[in-house]
Amino acid sequence: MPRVIVDVMPKPEILDPQGKAVHGALPRLGFDGITDVRQGKRFELEVATADDATLAEIAQIAETLLSNPVIEDFTVRVDA
Amino acid sequence: MTTGSPRVGVVTFPGSLDDVDARRAVRLAGAEPVALWHGDHDLQGVDAVVLPGGFSYGDYLRCGAIARFAPIMTEVVAAANGGLPVLGICNGFQILCESHLLPGALIRNDHRTFVCRDQQLVVENAATAWTGDYAEGHTITVPLKNGEGGFVADTDTLDRLEGEGQVVVRYAGVNPNGSLRDIAGITNERGNVVGLMPHPEHAVEELTGPGTEGLGFFTSVLTSLVAR
Repeated sequence: MPRVIVDVMPKPEILDPQGKAVHGALPRLGFDGITDVRQGKRFELEVATADDATLAEIAQIAETLLSNPVIEDFTVRVDA
Repeated sequence: MTTGSPRVGVVTFPGSLDDVDARRAVRLAGAEPVALWHGDHDLQGVDAVVLPGGFSYGDYLRCGAIARFAPIMTEVVAAANGGLPVLGICNGFQILCESHLLPGALIRNDHRTFVCRDQQLVVENAATAWTGDYAEGHTITVPLKNGEGGFVADTDTLDRLEGEGQVVVRYAGVNPNGSLRDIAGITNERGNVVGLMPHPEHAVEELTGPGTEGLGFFTSVLTSLVAR
């Protein structure tokens, strides 16, 4: 069964307090080389076939439910 | 139109917290509160609707994102587009934004902690269905409690909201959550749909709140319904 991955990320211009919190914790753990962290969501959708029609439908799902286009961007890809 | 006092529906979603307080505020304002259930396709002929605060569907996915697709929201969206007064408080505001009845979105507080305080607000638009009993420029104090109350929208939307007078209430004294331009609540172009993060329903009795300055939201809708 193919698996389709939808990644949802806060838009670059939108503040990401969770990413900031993670970033802020890194130096305390001794990791000093990371300059920024953004936190998003990953959805894994199991489908019968990952054809164009299915991917178009998943893009629609991503736009209407999985993401809020006001604050988030999404990408759809088939898991290799 | 119904006889007697106006009937104001309050929707209960799984995870709603402040539905009972909202019904209580409706009653104290002189209207008849009507409990509405998220799973029904029925507004029971109410004259106005309140979407209360809480954590509908556990805030899963995004605050308000699942509630938007509850059966009752089909009816609420259609009725709101037809002019029915709708007030969204806190989680209710988030649901209104997710439903596209109001522009923008609410994100996690910029300081990353839950905030609970008595908050000063300036009423900037006293011409909506829910704020007619206030005076423009008047400052009120009502409780505020949220973890994801930062109002955001793109610059064009913010400019339009300001230009069209759609900012209903603005934070005064301190911005508690990083909301852009200190926006605490907004309305749609028609003025029948209002959403705000602070909780006017918790400021309706001297005994249990910082005062009674939140009651005006609930008396205002009565005034606007009677004036019809």
